[in-house]
Amino acid sequence: MFKPKNYLALGAVVLVAVALLSLPTRATSRLKLAVSSWFLPLFGLAGAGQQLPADLADSLLPRRELLHQLDVLRRENQQLRSQAVQSTAIARENDQLHALLNWKQTVQWKLKPANVVMRDPANWWRTVQIDLGSRDGIQTNQPVLTADGLVGRISSVSYLNSQVVLIGDHDCRVSVLIDNSTHDVGVLTASGPLDASFVQLSYLPSMANLKAGQNVFTSGLGGVFPKGIPVGKIVDMQTIEYGLATEARVKLNANLGALEQVCVLIQ
Amino acid sequence: MNLFKTILILSFAFLTVFGETVLGAPRYFLGAQVDLLPALMVYAALNADIVTIALLAVLGGVWFDSLSANPLGISIVPLMVAGFAMYVRRDLILRQSPFAQFMLGAAASAVVPGLTVLFLLNGGKQPLIGWGSLWQWLVMTGAGALATPLIFSLGEWCGGALGYKLRTEVSFRPDREIQRGRK
Repeated sequence: MFKPKNYLALGAVVLVAVALLSLPTRATSRLKLAVSSWFLPLFGLAGAGQQLPADLADSLLPRRELLHQLDVLRRENQQLRSQAVQSTAIARENDQLHALLNWKQTVQWKLKPANVVMRDPANWWRTVQIDLGSRDGIQTNQPVLTADGLVGRISSVSYLNSQVVLIGDHDCRVSVLIDNSTHDVGVLTASGPLDASFVQLSYLPSMANLKAGQNVFTSGLGGVFPKGIPVGKIVDMQTIEYGLATEARVKLNANLGALEQVCVLIQ
Repeated sequence: MNLFKTILILSFAFLTVFGETVLGAPRYFLGAQVDLLPALMVYAALNADIVTIALLAVLGGVWFDSLSANPLGISIVPLMVAGFAMYVRRDLILRQSPFAQFMLGAAASAVVPGLTVLFLLNGGKQPLIGWGSLWQWLVMTGAGALATPLIFSLGEWCGGALGYKLRTEVSFRPDREIQRGRK
């Protein structure tokens, strides 16, 4: 049973683990990015594999269906154009009113679309990786969202990829504003490990005027997330700490369990 | 050292880690991502040498951690502990029995995530843990248990299809055949 070679191997492995764990954060993140880049060819292959059925389906789609879709898209395009004209007029009017009041100009959002290439293999973290990196101008702490609402923030960046920590993880706390008469402010904290679509809203005042269905937006406090990004809706609430504070559950607008395309907000 | 077996095990570990990041079906249907590295470690512990086990623990752990938000190196020791415990007792284990493989797979798949979370908490990290984690742990244990006999079958098949075959000595020799009757 006792062979020195076996225990030597065990000792060597433990030493390697301890050495890796005691590396400085900067060196660890570089090493992580270097190792994860070994998987890039496989990610490319998987992406091509996922695209193949869609391409096949496109080539098999009958002409009649295509014409129908074209018709629907044309109508939608017309509607969107008229909406765009209206919004341009509203934006112009808004700018004029801002100028009259000498109000600070709001910075326009610039969005960069990205594909989600992988999810965290561990069950105890809520992160994904996207195919935009430092070469695309991505930096840490930039907000990530979908058309439905906020998703998370960039936590680390490599040359080609970036890691996004999602809402519901301990590392992604968001200050939010509730769309009610008192404009209560709270902080979205970690959620349970199973259902990613619900998160906990904490640090609410005890007299918060909460109702199910109220919309939740980013408050702009904290400096990471700009004000006004939709986050979700209040589902239910309860008083805690013997009535001194209130907690609520928020259903997120974005479906974090099925993220495929996201946008990085570059201000 | 059988280099072919080592390469086979490490290649499978690489693909396993990649598959866990890309395939979302288990997470979608079961609420947890399954981890097949402990099951692979059981196969390595019962069929390969200590160097292969050490390499699998180090490389598998580093690959897993590099694609995860885990601190780099945190998964190495749990994998090695599971593999080493089986390796030193492998002469006493009925490694050909699917039931033994199933039970060992379940044990390894339960121990590895448990130890990893313990190390994370000990290191001051805040992993997402709640009552739902018990379900995730059960799913990981069950999936690892089911996968282990399959990995053994796959390993044997790959060994037979791609490796050198052992020259088997048959007991029958024509020159020793007892001739019955009279010529």
